[in-house]
Amino acid sequence: MRTLLLRSLFARPVTIGAPLPDKPSLEDSVLAELGRALEVKAKRLYGRSITIREVDAGSCNGCELEIHALNNAVYDVERFGIKFAASPRHADVLLVTGPVTHNMKTALERTYAATPEPKWVVAVGDCAAGCGVFANSYATVGELAKVVPVDLVIKGCPPRPIDLLKGLITLMDRTTAKAEI
Amino acid sequence: MSERLQALLANRPQVAAHKPWPRYELDDAGWSAAGQALGEGGVDLLGLWGDKDEVHMALRAVGQPPCVVSLRVRNESFPSIGRYHLPAIRLERAIRDLHGHAPISTPDRRPWLDHGAWGMRAPLGTRPPAARRDPAAYEFLPVHGEGLHQIPVGPVHAGIIEPGHFRFTANGETVVRLEERLGYVHKGIDGLTAGADLEPAAKVVARISGDSTVAYSFAFARAVEEALGVTPPPRAQILRGVMAELERIANHFGDIGAICNDASFALAHAYCGIFRERVLQAADRTFGHRLMMDRIVPGGTEDMAPGGARSIVQTLDEIEPQFAEIVRLYDDTPSLQDRTCTTGIVGNDLVTLWATGGHVGRASGRDFDSRRNLPYGPYPGAAFDVPVLTAGDVDARVWVRIREIEQSIKLLRTWLADVPAGSTRQPLPTTDISGEGVAMVEAFRGDVLMWVRITDGRIARCHARDPSWFQWPLLEAAIENNIVADFPLCNKSFNCSYSGHDL
Repeated sequence: MRTLLLRSLFARPVTIGAPLPDKPSLEDSVLAELGRALEVKAKRLYGRSITIREVDAGSCNGCELEIHALNNAVYDVERFGIKFAASPRHADVLLVTGPVTHNMKTALERTYAATPEPKWVVAVGDCAAGCGVFANSYATVGELAKVVPVDLVIKGCPPRPIDLLKGLITLMDRTTAKAEI
Repeated sequence: MSERLQALLANRPQVAAHKPWPRYELDDAGWSAAGQALGEGGVDLLGLWGDKDEVHMALRAVGQPPCVVSLRVRNESFPSIGRYHLPAIRLERAIRDLHGHAPISTPDRRPWLDHGAWGMRAPLGTRPPAARRDPAAYEFLPVHGEGLHQIPVGPVHAGIIEPGHFRFTANGETVVRLEERLGYVHKGIDGLTAGADLEPAAKVVARISGDSTVAYSFAFARAVEEALGVTPPPRAQILRGVMAELERIANHFGDIGAICNDASFALAHAYCGIFRERVLQAADRTFGHRLMMDRIVPGGTEDMAPGGARSIVQTLDEIEPQFAEIVRLYDDTPSLQDRTCTTGIVGNDLVTLWATGGHVGRASGRDFDSRRNLPYGPYPGAAFDVPVLTAGDVDARVWVRIREIEQSIKLLRTWLADVPAGSTRQPLPTTDISGEGVAMVEAFRGDVLMWVRITDGRIARCHARDPSWFQWPLLEAAIENNIVADFPLCNKSFNCSYSGHDL
């Protein structure tokens, strides 16, 4: 314990620098649409801070592992004002993964309904974006947008934590920029 | 008793196309006798799954080579194994939900994976249309007693984890019963692989459970290779081992950290999170994907990047001494031990009955690891120990993981010091592409069973059995008489897969 504490006095932080908002790889049209949806009020309400509720709507758990990684010391997502909440009632953003299974559809709809307005939905991973390899199954509904309105899509199978970070920062920067106009 | 099983199968004709374990076709009486042999003990149930007109069961008399037995289904039903052997019950409920084959005289007639949301019954069978039911309409087991209250949890949980429902019945703070309800992330994987070419099927299988993607691809590749008589080149064998052990230590680091976090010991969680991240980064540099998804394919593997072996060894050099310090800290912190020791005990009788693999089985004295007991790929002759403890509590499941990390690092160092040169792919045959293959692979949480039937180059039927099938039921036992607040610890120490189970 003492050596750990001693070392922490001299060690450099393991946390990586902040990535730039990811302009080219994100769908600008979706972002533009999202930007339009956000009012000046949004910034006054939230500032540069969002609270996220994660919902697994049928994922293989790969996306969850990488979303989890956002909270480790290397990515340290909380320094950007992004934190995860245990209840949708405390959330601004729903981060949803998976091809939306029929067995999870009702729970997802109820979670969306329990999230207070204004709220945004981010589809994380190729499954939520377009049903991925689980398309055309009797057990899956399909892409997330078929069930709840989607504001932002972060692709990848699974998306790397750095891509998730870029997406979330882009989301906040665009909302802030829009709010400052 | 295993003698009973041997007597039953002696002189039975084997299905020629099935490799490498023998497969026998039984009649109703033989099938029931196999169930009775299971019920008497000494025989492990490795898997039980449906097919178009059949049901199959993988068995292993302890210490003997495994086998598969099959029964032709008549009048959409088959004699229940669950009435003799409890671990078969949920598997039979899944068979009835998916194929419509009903287990006769089963002790539990409730649906399992079918939540009434598919618009049909028996999606892998005759697919008759069915009205959608309220997903909440499910008959939990009755609970009687004074002063009891129930706590429903899920399917959407508080953490960033998979969905499932837990119904706790508690007396004050003490849990008197936990009943699980799973199936929320059922994606119809058995249906998606049926009729698919090998390549798309491999992509689906790699996504059965994201944390075990290497193990699933490994198992699928081996089952296909057995069916088609292909042997991957030596370099591919070693790379498969490297990926499997990297996946194991990455997950174990994550689990150890998460268990400590649930006991409010954030320091260990922070360090283990960094270790896990470093391993994933090394995997990314070496194999081009942090979770090493789609890197193992039938016939071999994708090759590793130049300098990959050195890069992984450097990562291990960095992590190993720091991890040793965290382990010392775990061992020296009474407030942490207070939470993990004697919490969530699972008895040896239960892990033996359920043939529970992985850290859950090995922390309760079940000395089984498919890398050693049914060796494959790069493991025959490899020097590693299988840690086995007997306490069966959260602490024992942590220590099994710690010791496994040490053994995996040893294996990685040995292999990476001398990776064979040459190709990483053995081409699959282009004619007569048919056969049946079975394989078992040790994923980080236990043994994965994979069974394939290939007809003219396509998957006719592929079934994967996740280790969680034989771990989830024991979580219900582990939490009994513990306090509600210790459930997260118990649950994390198991870390069962939802996606792998729900399929």
